[in-house]
Amino acid sequence: MSSYALFKKDLASELRTRYAINSLVMFIVVTISVILFSIGNEKISDFLSGGLFWVVIFFSAMSGLSRAFVSEEERGTTLTLQLIASPTTIFSGKLLFNLILVFAMNIIIALLYSALFDSFVLKNLSLFLYAFVLGNIGIAIASTLIASIIAKASSKGTLYPVLSFPILLPLMLTLIDLTKQAMDGTTFESGYIELAVLGCYDIVMIAASFLLFDFIWKD
Amino acid sequence: MIWKIILFLLIAFVSIAGITFPIVATPAHWYDFPLIPGLGENAKIIFFHVPTAWLTVIAFFMSTVYSIKYLRKKDLVDDIKAHTSAQLGMIFCILATVTGAVWAKFAWGSYWSWDPRQTSIFALLLIYGALFALRSAVEVEEKRAALSAVYSIIAFVTVPFFVFIMPRIMRGLHPGSADDTNAGTIVNFKMNGNMLLIFFLSLIGFTILYYWIWYVGYKSMLYKEKLNKQYH
Repeated sequence: MSSYALFKKDLASELRTRYAINSLVMFIVVTISVILFSIGNEKISDFLSGGLFWVVIFFSAMSGLSRAFVSEEERGTTLTLQLIASPTTIFSGKLLFNLILVFAMNIIIALLYSALFDSFVLKNLSLFLYAFVLGNIGIAIASTLIASIIAKASSKGTLYPVLSFPILLPLMLTLIDLTKQAMDGTTFESGYIELAVLGCYDIVMIAASFLLFDFIWKD
Repeated sequence: MIWKIILFLLIAFVSIAGITFPIVATPAHWYDFPLIPGLGENAKIIFFHVPTAWLTVIAFFMSTVYSIKYLRKKDLVDDIKAHTSAQLGMIFCILATVTGAVWAKFAWGSYWSWDPRQTSIFALLLIYGALFALRSAVEVEEKRAALSAVYSIIAFVTVPFFVFIMPRIMRGLHPGSADDTNAGTIVNFKMNGNMLLIFFLSLIGFTILYYWIWYVGYKSMLYKEKLNKQYH
């Protein structure tokens, strides 16, 4: 079984129930409207709206991405998967699905956010886009691995953000910094080091994930 | 026994010397500390703050080493060693955060200002907390050991970002920040010879102390496990 087949299986079962998509879209709407209500008619600073953007993304990711492995445990299909595919295949299939989900989710958030928040103006769009793509990849990798860990633990819902936050923190801090730079309209060269940090984070995480997934997956 | 006496003497000497040796503008005696501009008497906390921060990272490193060992050999003793080290690391992490906050109050004006170093020690606290939360959520011993080993390794690979990269590319107040004049070193070596000597003696003393507590800790945990198995 190839990882693409696993991806197609996940996509088909997702399109049938629309569990993750429905709850994610509603979660995004709820989070953004809570922020809008709490702001009211106040004028918030540029830096704050850039930071809140990543807060919305973090919590939406926490609500939607944990399903990847928990759903297999709930349906009791873990053993079947262990028999028909190698751990590397399983992980890359799940990662592919989560990558698509993260990109779809974050593009929706970015569009909604820039439409609803007047202070969220990106002066250097290309810098933001690079940060956005590298950041999304990092979020998808780290959250897929943590999802596989919590699928084996007993308190799945509450543990997920607790475990993910420290792992995602260096990524989030760099992304918030880069978003601020993109909103200030600094040149591409000045954000180069931060982009390199994001790239390093993605590479380190994907290497560690593929090395360690065997130990989580095999009972 | 001899090691305990040496350790006692070392820690006692470092504590007494670190607190009581006077800070003067021009050091004349062997026990005088130099005056570091902008720090003054606050500088003395370095003998206690830096060793705790150092041990936070060392304990985490040891925990990761034994986690890797566990994943290779599946020996539960290694898991107990890793867990004991993580527990000690948590204690030293809290100590480093508190001593750092106290120092920051007198040197920078407020207890907490989200300096990159403060952010990184906070992240370490969160990692340790998450590790214990994960351990308490898994019932089966082998599964718990494997999952917490994987988590501590994946958390350990993010530590270089906190400890080495973030503080150097972001502006901050801690020595070694991007806008600090002597960027690169974490410890600001404006100290003179005897101050450095006591500083390194303190590092060595605290490291031995850590090793001793860790050794006693994992042995007692092993015996506890053995007794549990005998009576149940």
